[in-house]
Order: sequence, then structure tokens, then C-alpha cells
Amino acid sequence: MIPIEFYLILSAFMFISGVVGVLTRKNAIIVFMSIELMLNAANLSFVTFSSFLGNNIGQLFVFFVMTVAAAESAVGLAIIIALFRNKLTINIDEINILKW
Amino acid sequence: MIQLIYLTVLLPLTGFLINGIFGSKIKNEKITGLIGSGAIGISFLIVVAAFFETLALPAEQRQHIVTLFNWLSVGSLNVSIAYQVDQLSLTMALIVTGVGFIIHVYSIGYMHGDKSFWRFFAYLNLFIFAMMNLILADNFVLLFLGWEGVGLCSYLLIGFWYDRKFEKSTTSDAAKKAFVVNRIGDFGFLLGMFLIFLTFNSLNFNEVFARANALNISTTVYSFIALFLFIGATGKSAQIPLFVWLPDAMAGPTPVSALIHAATMVTAGVYMVARCSIIFASAPVIMTVVAVIGLLTALFAATIGLVQNDIKKVLAYSTVSQLGYMFLAMGVGAFSAGIFHVMTHAFFKALLFLGAGSVIHGMHDEQNIQKYGGLKEYMPTTYKTFLVAAIAISGIPPLSGFFSKDEILWSAYANAGFIYWFIGVVTALLTAFYMFRLLNLTFEGKHRFDAHHVHPHESPSLMTIPLIILAVLSILGGFIGIPEIFSGEHGNNFHGWLEPIFANAQIRLAHYGSHTHFEEILLMVLSVIGAAASIFFARYVYLKNQKVAEHAASKYKGIYKILFNKYFVDEAYDKIIVQPIFKTSESLLWKITDVKLIDGLVNGTASLIDFVSGKVRKIQTGVAQTYAVVMMLGIVAALFWIIYSL
Repeated sequence: MIPIEFYLILSAFMFISGVVGVLTRKNAIIVFMSIELMLNAANLSFVTFSSFLGNNIGQLFVFFVMTVAAAESAVGLAIIIALFRNKLTINIDEINILKW
Repeated sequence: MIQLIYLTVLLPLTGFLINGIFGSKIKNEKITGLIGSGAIGISFLIVVAAFFETLALPAEQRQHIVTLFNWLSVGSLNVSIAYQVDQLSLTMALIVTGVGFIIHVYSIGYMHGDKSFWRFFAYLNLFIFAMMNLILADNFVLLFLGWEGVGLCSYLLIGFWYDRKFEKSTTSDAAKKAFVVNRIGDFGFLLGMFLIFLTFNSLNFNEVFARANALNISTTVYSFIALFLFIGATGKSAQIPLFVWLPDAMAGPTPVSALIHAATMVTAGVYMVARCSIIFASAPVIMTVVAVIGLLTALFAATIGLVQNDIKKVLAYSTVSQLGYMFLAMGVGAFSAGIFHVMTHAFFKALLFLGAGSVIHGMHDEQNIQKYGGLKEYMPTTYKTFLVAAIAISGIPPLSGFFSKDEILWSAYANAGFIYWFIGVVTALLTAFYMFRLLNLTFEGKHRFDAHHVHPHESPSLMTIPLIILAVLSILGGFIGIPEIFSGEHGNNFHGWLEPIFANAQIRLAHYGSHTHFEEILLMVLSVIGAAASIFFARYVYLKNQKVAEHAASKYKGIYKILFNKYFVDEAYDKIIVQPIFKTSESLLWKITDVKLIDGLVNGTASLIDFVSGKVRKIQTGVAQTYAVVMMLGIVAALFWIIYSL
């Protein structure tokens, strides 16, 4: 049986990759994908603990997360399309209208 | 009726409110005039009734206090709206409501056709309201309310014709001058009040005077109180050094000059000194100051009056001079003689002003006496009454001015010394001279006006009847105060009436040795002969031999110029006080304190915040990823904190 640490390390690795992606990539689509990656890392942790602790509520949560992620990706992609129509770019360095 | 004395305060207030609020809607001079005069007339009747009621009582029961309600109650300070009815306040109330009523009636004729007729009567009633508060008050605070109230009305009425020119500026400037100069005096009065409260722990007249009489307090304290109160009195009663506002106050309508600036308000200072007689009597140094200031003012103003050409200006300086007499009386301890002169002066000076008003009315607003001449054939009633007043003020027996003025001169001689009497008599001679100069130039001699354009006419009976009443009072007014040497064992009635008020003060005063009746009669005869000679001299100079006056004016050009320009007092005040204040205000207060210091502080605060935020705002990069980094670092820090605290 594969020990629990392996799953958790994989999950942490996925999460870190997501964070680094969000923080460093300039393309909004990539940033968006990185966020999805972080969500899935969390999902993996949920499933792992659910399985090892024999508690089904963790798996139930994963469905919730996936539903929310699906809805969120629909809205997020729509926002990115709207951004592109207005600015003709999805490079988030150039979308800095929040600046002073 | 004594218990109803508060009506004499409320009725003028009611008249003010009715005329002030509805006056512009009524648009009927008869109704407005009736309300205005009626309120004062009824007040006068109430005062008369209260007077006779008081007169019927024995002397020691003549003081009543009518309390309406408690006004202020702070710590140990208790101030009521309470009116004191005693011999002194009744005398003043009779003068104010009586002469006030006559002048109200006269004003109906004088102000006929004025676009702000109702406003005039509203102000006049407000003035009587304030003046009645001043004289009937039973404590210093209520007195001060009236004191400021009459100052306000004076301001409003001097500037009544605010759109008219007056000398080099406007009537509003004259009004402002009166107000500001009065404020200086009021400051002294306030200080006096504070010191009284500090010393006697009360502001109620009866308590303060009883404690002043009983307690043993150092003369220095008394001197300061008396000095501060006297500074207040010099402001209100136009004495040196604060007399400069009164001549300018002539910018107001003539009935105002008669009522406020001759008969009533300007005597408020004299009344206040008389009311506080016990305090003044306890400060001998200040008594001397009062006497000297009064004497100097009397002489100083009389010399200026000699050469003025504006009919109202002459009367204004005459008023200042006569007020000086009243203060001389106060200063030598002849309190009741001073109040007596307040009364007779109210009669003849109001008459002089109203007569002048009648002349100005008939001459279409011309006020220069050099442009009058020979008016007696056009205005016989005005001429006769004016003549009566001129004789009265000159001190010719048996008219009222003689009795009061002579009593003051005698007291000055008996209590203070020969020099006081001498300067007083010189002033009296000057007074007789300038009054008859005025009379002769106005009513006698040849016409000096353009008869084609100016058609002098007698005033309507609404104006001449008040003149006649005042003339009768000027003739008979003196007989209530016949000096003791003539009236025999009864003594002086007026003195006897006021005696209880000043009894405590008289005990404190040190009098010089006694004087014989012979001296008194000798001095009296001397001053009467002098006044008569003065009158004939004025007649000679201005009717028979006009060259004398011109000759004197050119020969003593320097003196004439100084007198004509009123000793350059206004100019000196302007140079010494007004200009430095203006300049300091402009350069120091405005350009440095205000612009640099205050604005600098305000703007500096804004600049500081601007500078700091300029640095801090660099945090806001607008790049979403920067925010994400910060958020992430925050989460990591929070996690560490949670984990380590487990």
C-alpha cells in the first residue's frame, strides 16, 4: 500500500506549481489554469484523507469543489473574453488599471 | 401702580414688536405713530401714578422691588428680572417717558412722508424699552442689558438714513464710530462689574451697596471699581476722552438727537454714577478725577461750540459741555444737583434740538447757520420756544437752567474750591455766548438764504405743540428745586426727595468748611451778571457789528482754526490709535499671522499628508500578481503562526 505521505507530497507539489504559475505567468489563461491546478491539489488532499480515515464526507466535498470550479471557469473565461475585447490583450501586466 | 411698573417696560417692547413686524404692512402713518406714541404715553401715565403713590408714602418706605422672574442662576450669582422703584429711578423714568412721549409725538410730524416711517417708530420704542430697563434695573446685569440696548438703538438710529451722505463719509460710518467708541467704555464697565462681583459676591444693587456701606474694604479696590465704572460712563455720556462719537451722532434724524443724544441715553452715565454713589464716595481720588474730567469736558466742548456752523453740531457740543457739568456735580459729591441738571437739561436741550429740527424742516434740510438769518418772521413759535430754551441754558433766573446750574457751581465752590467754580462760570459764559450766537444767526438779522428757492415755513402743529410743552417745562422745571437759601425752612424739595438715596454716600464724603449765605448769593449774582453780559455781547457781535466776529476770526487765525477743527482730536485719534491698528492689522495680523501662520498650518497639514501618501501609494502597483504575492505571503505567515501556536 502506498503510504499517505506520497499522496500529500504530490498534492503539495501540485499546489506549489499552481501558486508559482499564478504568481509568475503573464498570460491570463495560464494563470487561470494554475488556479484550477491548485483546486485539484486540494481535491487530491480531500480524497486522500477521506480514503485513509474512512470518512466519506471528504469525497462529498470534492464534488462540491468540482461543481464550483466548473461554474467559476465559465465565469472566468467569460471575463477573459470581455477583457480581450476591450484591451486586445490578455497579458495581465498590461491590465493594471487598479494602479494609483 | 408701583406693582405694575413692569408695564412701562413691556409696553414699549410691544410697540416695537407691532411696528417692527407689521409696520411695513400697515403702511399708515397715523396708526404706526399712534401705536408708537401711545405705548410711551401709557407708560408715562403709569410712571406718574407710581410717582404720586410713592410720594404719599413716608420717606423710608419709598423703595419697592418688583420681581418678575429669575433670569440667571449660576453658582453664587443670582440675577432676576426685577425692577427697582425708588426716588432716583422714578425721577429718571419720569424724564425718559415724559420727554420721550413728547418727542414721539413730534416725530410723527417730523418723519412725515419718510419711506421708513414705521422702522423709525419701531427703533424709538425699542430704545425706550432698553432705557427703562437701564434705569429701573435692580442689578448691574439688567442695567447692562439696558446699557447695551440703548447703545444698539443709538447705532440703529444714527444710521437710520443709511443711504445719505454725512460730512466726508456716510451716516453708517458715524453710526459705527458711535458703536465702537461706546464699546471701549463698555469694556471698562464690564471690568467694573467683574470687580464688584469679586469684591461683594453679588451684583444686586441693594446687596452690593449695603455691603459697600458695612464692610471695610481698602480704598484701592473702591478706586478701581469706581474708575472702571467711570470709564464706562465716559463712553456712554461722551466725556473726555471718549466724547468724539457724539458730534458725529448728529447724522441721525433730529428727534433722535433730541431723545437719545441730549435728553436720555447720554445721561445714563450720570445716572449710573449717581446709583453707585456709595462706591464713588468711598474712592476720593476717583471723585476728583470725575470732577476734573467733567470740568475739562465742559470747558473744552464749550470752546469748540463757539465757532461751529452746523446748527446741530453746536447743540451737540453744548450737550457734551452740559454733561461735563453733570459729572462735575457727581465729582464734588452734589449727586442730587447732578440729577437735577439731568432733568432740566432734558427739557431745554430736547427743546433746542426739536427747535433745530423745526428749522431744518422749514429750511429744506439746510443745517448751516450761516445760510439762515431772519427766520423769526417765518417761524414765530419755533423762535419763541427756542429763545426760552436759550435763556434757560444760559442760566438766567428764574428759568430751569439757572437753578440746576447754579447749584452745581455752588457745590463746586463749597466742596472743591474756587478754581472749579471759576472754570464752571467761564464755561457758563461761553455757553450763553454760543447759544445766542446760534439764535441770532438763525432767527435775527438779514436773510442769508436764497429767497427764490427756499421758502421757510412754520412747522405743523404736531411739531409746535411739543415745542410749547417743553418750553413751559423749561420755564417751570426749576421751581421744584429752589435752593435752600430762597425756600427757607422746607429746604430744597428736590434734594429732600432724593436725599435717602445718597444719604450713605454723603456720610462718607469729606466736606470742606461751611460757607455763608452771603458767599452763595454773591457767586450767584456774579454768574448771572456774567451770563447776561455774555448774551448782550453775542447780540452786539452778531447783530449790530458783524465785523467784530470776522475781525476776531482773522486776528486770532490760529486759535480759530484749532477751535473750528475741534482741537484736531479726531485727527489725533486717527493718527495715534486708528491708523496704527489698521497698519498692524494689515502687516502683522493679516500678512504674517493669518497668511503665513494660520494658513501655513492648514496648508502645511495638507502638504504633509500629500507628501506621505505620495510615498505610500507606490504600494499600489495595479498588477494583480503583486497583490497575489502579498496575499500568499500573508497566508503563509498566518499558517506559521497558527501551527506554532498549536
